[in-house]
Amino acid sequence: MTVDLDAVRLSTAPEPVGPVRQRQLLAPVRRAWRQLTSMRTALLLLFLLALGAVPGGFLPQRSLNPVRVNEYIAQHPSLAPVLDRLSLFDVFAAPWFAAVYLLLFISLTGCLVPRIRLHARALRTPPPRAPGNLSRLPVSARWETDLGPDEALQLARRQLNGWRAIERGGALSAEKGYLRETGNLVFHVSLVVLLVGIAVGAFFGFKGTVLLKEGSAFANTVLAYDDISPGRRFDAGNLVPLNFTLDDFAATYGADGKARTFDAHVRYAPDPDSSLRPYDIRVNSPLHIDAAKVYLLGHGYAPEVVVREKNGEVAFDETVPCLPQDTTFTSACTIKVPDTRGEQLAFEGVFTPTTVQNESGNVASAHPAAQSPALTLIGYRGDLGIDAGVPSSVYSLDRRRLVPVDGGRPKLLGVGETWTLPDGRTVTFAKTTEWATFQVTQDPGKGIALLASVGIVLGLCMSLFVRRRRVWVRAVPAGGEDGSGRTVVEVGGLARTDPDAFAAEFDELVERLRARVPGRE
Amino acid sequence: MTLASLSDQLLFAAVVVYALAMLGFAGASASRRAAAVTGVATRERVLVDAGGPSVTAPAPLVTPAAGWAAPAAMVLTVLGWALHLGSVVTRGMAADRLPWGNMYEFSSVAALVAVTGFLVLVLRGRVDRSLGAFVMLPVVLYLGLAGTVLYTAVGPLVPALNSYWIKIHVAAAVTASGAFLLSGVLASLYLLRSRYDERTDVGRAVRFPVSLGRALPAARALDRAAYGVIAFAFPVWTFAIIAGGIWAEAAWGRYWGWDPKETWSFITWVLYAGYLHARATAGWKGRKAAWVAVAAAVALIVDYYVVNIFVVGLHSYA
Ligand code: HEM
Repeated sequence: MTVDLDAVRLSTAPEPVGPVRQRQLLAPVRRAWRQLTSMRTALLLLFLLALGAVPGGFLPQRSLNPVRVNEYIAQHPSLAPVLDRLSLFDVFAAPWFAAVYLLLFISLTGCLVPRIRLHARALRTPPPRAPGNLSRLPVSARWETDLGPDEALQLARRQLNGWRAIERGGALSAEKGYLRETGNLVFHVSLVVLLVGIAVGAFFGFKGTVLLKEGSAFANTVLAYDDISPGRRFDAGNLVPLNFTLDDFAATYGADGKARTFDAHVRYAPDPDSSLRPYDIRVNSPLHIDAAKVYLLGHGYAPEVVVREKNGEVAFDETVPCLPQDTTFTSACTIKVPDTRGEQLAFEGVFTPTTVQNESGNVASAHPAAQSPALTLIGYRGDLGIDAGVPSSVYSLDRRRLVPVDGGRPKLLGVGETWTLPDGRTVTFAKTTEWATFQVTQDPGKGIALLASVGIVLGLCMSLFVRRRRVWVRAVPAGGEDGSGRTVVEVGGLARTDPDAFAAEFDELVERLRARVPGRE
Repeated sequence: MTLASLSDQLLFAAVVVYALAMLGFAGASASRRAAAVTGVATRERVLVDAGGPSVTAPAPLVTPAAGWAAPAAMVLTVLGWALHLGSVVTRGMAADRLPWGNMYEFSSVAALVAVTGFLVLVLRGRVDRSLGAFVMLPVVLYLGLAGTVLYTAVGPLVPALNSYWIKIHVAAAVTASGAFLLSGVLASLYLLRSRYDERTDVGRAVRFPVSLGRALPAARALDRAAYGVIAFAFPVWTFAIIAGGIWAEAAWGRYWGWDPKETWSFITWVLYAGYLHARATAGWKGRKAAWVAVAAAVALIVDYYVVNIFVVGLHSYA
């Protein structure tokens, strides 16, 4: 005889797809569904998911760095358009990627629902009857004793402490490790919950970035941001009311030029009516206000530049954010002075926090800290092209109607130094200030995702470390002529995973049983 | 001598001792093979001489040379492990932080985890120590590369890494990585051994490298050991990714952003999930599943080395 199927299948894993009799019409649909929810399909889809993510791990992605995508396209003029058509620069937003993970999750749901039902039933049903021949099981033992069958079973049962045991027809059926399947189901259900959390964030979340110079304030409205990426169903009315002012930004560096600390000292209003409170936003400690979080994203220098008319009247006095170009914070500055008597003025400049000059007179920065800051400017006069109503970036200059001042010769200014232009106007590098960029995020799906993650880890641990196994004990009067008064005790066991560990456990169990139900010499 | 240079010297000593252990293991299995061959020859001669069935004392399966080579190699492995551990600890003391803040340190700790895993498997009787040479060879190469190409002087962390989540995230990642690397070796050896069995079962000659299979433990033991190591490492890796998400949420404002590093951890994770599924799927058990484990280990190496060195992303400071 063979071991009954139910005893062997200690898992609710879907059975291999096989031919089934179906009602005619629905047959193809059902077959397709069974195919989709089979382990084989799940495996295939998992591989597709991994494979699909590979281009996203090698090629630059628009969602992360659009500039590098454009560079890549420029460098690979023939290949890039093909890649682009396949969405390989937007892999994680690509329809084919979505198709793979949606199919996977449909398969998962289709596979989970019956498994949950089966497991719920298994939790309520006692372990199955003992197979007819226990010695055919992977591990078994047999001995004879003087005790009666009932007594032997009673004693054996007491040894199966912690097992779920039931006595039926002269045999004991015991099972342990139901939590394995429970864990497996918790894990897979949590995967679905995680997807829900991610989706909630993608639909109802919000992300915006803003650059603030020291001394300036931010109030949370869509227009106050430099850049926003709202979720598809995000409503501007859901923006958390929040206000903060950047008082001071401070970075410290080691002698090797590597950053040690970044601190953005802000004052913020925890709610619209309260007074301002200080807070120190650092890289790993964002500011929480209600459902929003404010992160420190980046930083740079903003030299204060003053332009005076010939008569000394101030035409321009602003801190100008310069964009860092390298790790020593050599930064590019663009200064536009539209409101001045006579021709409009503009400057392109390089800000160097720790200024060094080589023989040919080129400046560079040797260190990111502002140890000897300088501003090197090239002047322009003419028409800035701002009034035409065409939006223009504050970080670039439209030089079509501008002519260089002083032959375009660069002028190096230390802090407090002034450059007198040929027409008598003056430019002063008054002092060095800093700026910082902040990201404000609202992600309403975050909590769900975190909860799902806990379920994933706990479920996995249960599923991988709990072993499910069954043991049967049978005690029957020994047959034969001299068998009177003797009892044959048979023990058999079955485990689906880690048979080595189970064999050891089984031996130990048999040892204990034999001590309690002593054999006959 | 400073703590930092002590750490460097301990690592150097550990690599030397590991290399000696490797030679010991290799010598042990080579002489065992020789012994097996001579053993057969002796038995046959006795049979012929007696002109009929006769009882001979069973030929010793291990020659005296092999008798001490294998235990000595085990002792050397444990000694190397202790030196290695000392190197990691002194490095941490020198830097005054947990010693996994850059690629060099990460690699050293991952190798330490792999050797620990190997020792645990052998001491618990899960695999035979004849595996030693095959495990110590990649460990020596890996540590050699880490100590030369990736070497970084002791230094403090950049601000983004300065968080207690790094301790949790990287500790989990390095533990899982070390174990995964070990499982990659075990799965490869399983492939080798099962190919060897397949060839010899039908009486076909085996050539290098399949012939190495002779010195390996049984295919079943290798398969189970690989599974056991992955079953341990997978939840740890899962936890590492989640802790990384929590850290990223605190540092960058999103828990997941498909940064190249995150993408490759995801690929690695999905492949190991694939491996666990494959072992439960008819037609995938055995060799196919082992190939998945090898592919997953390759993805892990891409995740840590190729991405860190060649791909630009938020993690590229590590
Ligand atoms: C969303 C993608 C999926 C992931 C990441 C995933 C991951 C895993 C992992 C890591 C395991 C091993 C842990 C354990 O034994 O419990 C596992 C087991 C399992 N999964 Fe999935 N799974 C996915 C989808 C599916 C689907 C679609 C099915 C249904 C066909 C499925 C059915 C199973 C079954 C039956 C097991 C238990 C295997 C056994 O008996 O050892 N999973 N899964």
